[in-house]
Amino acid sequence: MMNETLVDLSRLQFALTALYHFLFVPLTLGLAFVLAIMESVYVMTNKIIYKDMTRFWGKLFAINFAMGVATGITLEFQFGTNWAYYSHYVGDIFGVPLAIEGLMAFFLESTLVGVFFFGWDRLSKVQHLAVTWLIALGSNLSALWILIANAWMQNPVGTHFNYETMRMELSSLSEVFFNPVAQVKFVHTVASGYVTGTVFVLGISAYYLLKGRDIAFARRSFAVAAGFGLASILSVLVLGDESGYSVGEVQKVKLAAIEGMWETEKPPASFTIIGFPDNETQTTYFPLKIPYVLGIIATRSLNEPVLGLKELIQRNEERIRQGKLAYGLLQKLRSDEKTELVKTKFEQLKKFLGYGLLLKRYTPNVVDATETQIHQAALNSIPKSWPVFWSFRVMVGAGILMLFLFVAAFYYNAKREIEKKRWLLYFALFSIPLPWIAIESGWIVAEYGRQPWAIGEILPTFLGVSSVSVNQVLLSLGSLIALYTGLLIVELYLMFKYARLGPSTLGTGRYCFEQSNRL
Amino acid sequence: MILEYETLKLIWLLLIGALFIGFAITGGFDLGAGALLLLIGKNDTERRLILNSIGPTWEGNQVWFITAGGALFAAMPLMYAAAFSGFYSILLLILIPLILRPPGMDYRSKLPSKTWRTTWDFCLFLSGFVPAFLFGLSFGSLLSGISFYYDNELMPHLTGSFLSLLSPYALLCGIVSLCIILLQGSLFLQIKTTVPINARTLKSARWFGVLFILSFAYTWYWTVFKIDGFQIISIPNPNESFSPLSKQVMTGLGFWLQNYEKFPLGYCAPLSSIAGVIIALVFSTYQRPGYALFFNSIALASLIITAGFTLFPFILPSASHPDHSLTIWDAASSHLTLSWMLIATLLLLPIVLAYTTWVFRVMRGTVTESSHLKKSESY
Repeated sequence: MMNETLVDLSRLQFALTALYHFLFVPLTLGLAFVLAIMESVYVMTNKIIYKDMTRFWGKLFAINFAMGVATGITLEFQFGTNWAYYSHYVGDIFGVPLAIEGLMAFFLESTLVGVFFFGWDRLSKVQHLAVTWLIALGSNLSALWILIANAWMQNPVGTHFNYETMRMELSSLSEVFFNPVAQVKFVHTVASGYVTGTVFVLGISAYYLLKGRDIAFARRSFAVAAGFGLASILSVLVLGDESGYSVGEVQKVKLAAIEGMWETEKPPASFTIIGFPDNETQTTYFPLKIPYVLGIIATRSLNEPVLGLKELIQRNEERIRQGKLAYGLLQKLRSDEKTELVKTKFEQLKKFLGYGLLLKRYTPNVVDATETQIHQAALNSIPKSWPVFWSFRVMVGAGILMLFLFVAAFYYNAKREIEKKRWLLYFALFSIPLPWIAIESGWIVAEYGRQPWAIGEILPTFLGVSSVSVNQVLLSLGSLIALYTGLLIVELYLMFKYARLGPSTLGTGRYCFEQSNRL
Repeated sequence: MILEYETLKLIWLLLIGALFIGFAITGGFDLGAGALLLLIGKNDTERRLILNSIGPTWEGNQVWFITAGGALFAAMPLMYAAAFSGFYSILLLILIPLILRPPGMDYRSKLPSKTWRTTWDFCLFLSGFVPAFLFGLSFGSLLSGISFYYDNELMPHLTGSFLSLLSPYALLCGIVSLCIILLQGSLFLQIKTTVPINARTLKSARWFGVLFILSFAYTWYWTVFKIDGFQIISIPNPNESFSPLSKQVMTGLGFWLQNYEKFPLGYCAPLSSIAGVIIALVFSTYQRPGYALFFNSIALASLIITAGFTLFPFILPSASHPDHSLTIWDAASSHLTLSWMLIATLLLLPIVLAYTTWVFRVMRGTVTESSHLKKSESY
């Protein structure tokens, strides 16, 4: 029988370590490009201040990068340590993008990052610039492969079930690579990383401007961030991965859960801005709706319906019944009753096998599941609506605030008036947490909204756990929380300290705190 | 699919072995230097010199390990699943120091406080010492087998306790890997530093080199005469895909010697490991640390090959249910996955090797106080 505590603890550990890891990744993704842009200007104009900018923001990049690398190892280990059955069941496909990520991207970015910091006087200008661009490329390729893996969990394509080896096996690598969900996810995620990097630079530069120090340095940094940031926030919002929600079953369910939409509406469906979804009563209380908007955004059409949760649950109930049959046939195949007839019947029903596995939560044998259990499994075949409903709105709200920020920053920067607009500088400074709030909420939407599946329609989350003991997981969870909390405090302390010290940390003698009579 | 399934399974064993060797050699510089930090670096300046010796390259070196893990996941998912959950607590003990290492390197010299630096120095020492020891210990546990079985749905169930992983034999294997990695670190630092650190690396190289030879010889004796080896009695055609439940396995004393009896050329591996260390020590004594490092890298590679060759075709023997042991024939990914992964590796690995070599060349030369510690970027 499955151990609910073990499942919950393992999920908690994965969620915490993944969210924690993603405190650092987006800043790496974004800052790498900011550095590359700054250094390009340096190489083109030969103005030393752009080199100082690259080096100073590079210092903050380093403080952040170290944590990103450190916390990434945990995630790679964790599939094996805590999700052994998951790894067994889908490793044939899921492992591939992870391995290629290491070879193609992580190697590139990590090997070159040392040369970025220590190679300033060992390389020609152009060589060093190439290194910086390759780091940016590497970190983005890294995101690409990880998101291909993640998108496959949401929309598993290019795969089939092998009953001999009891696992999913690869049928088409190109389908896995060109998974439409992966493409939207990639654009959305890396662009949100650029937003993080630019809000970070914008906010800290605004701080220097407010303090009236290192003006030339801050103004130029602000300009780079404002331009690149505006382009990035527009891509995040316009190419938001909402468009990916029409692809794949899990994504459809997620979309309905995000909207707290229980009934299928006549297309184009209306969009609920605010409301209080409740799974128990299958109702969203006090909804505030705008007509047509959701249907148009989600389906890019006027006549395609967006399915409501009630209908999705009903559909799933039937699939679970089919899945129960598929599971029965699988058991025969794995024993000695392997006849051609059983094989053919299994081939027809195997796409529902995952739904049958949902019943394992209620009865380990699956085949003896009662109608009540099937109904219960169907009700739980969608995620709880309110967490995704609200995370989604927090994400979008933060996104819109940042859009205002960048539009204003870009406009006043173009007019060369930023220093006069103190409200804008304060706005920029206090916006620094916004991208993180948006991104973490976004991941909650994406991954909580995938429940109860680890791999959409294939493997329920609870089945994926390792057969380790609750105490082992408690121990690892406890140690990781303690370690991560300590490291976060240290990291933030250093980040604040170095951000406050500003470019004077480079020791060039050109900046505030180190100049006596020069400007 | 040009290559046969059986051939591909073999190639992937070799490739994963190669990735681990890549990590042992290059990661060995950093783990070794980290573990020697307190022993060889007597004051803040010396410790900074040591950290800046590995400073520009350690991050890339660590990726060999990450990639080996990823490749194991992709090419041998059953092994990845069973071994990682089987070694749960050991991996946690490897993970924590590895997490401490990047911030340790990067943050240590960012504040002048003495307490701050000493604390990070200790963390960095642990982050070299502990993994270097535990990698060997894990290999030892592989040779003596861990306790697990598969149910009919191929869910691995682990029955061994944490303490069962810490057998005296496994601890001995830990000492073997610790010694050779400390030697690797000493030789790397010998190249990178000048007196007085340089003289101390010479001494530590000698100590750990001799200790390695003794402990390795004793491990060999123990493996052959005191622990049960595994042997396949029957197995389906390796060219097909089948589950790890479809073979029969026998255990017995001296079985780990069988591959050597069948292919006596295999004896070259353990011998070249010992010979490599001896030659390395000679070169080190005559202040030719570059050659010394080269020969010690051969010794490290031979050591991993020895472990792999002894186990072959097993990769994760089960002490409690020998029939359920994992071999390269039944733990591998599908034919298609292995083929694509091979193509990807053949395309990408040469590129990785090219820029890694370039980076080591750019960063070559000794690290000195005047040339390295004054920069604002240095560790």
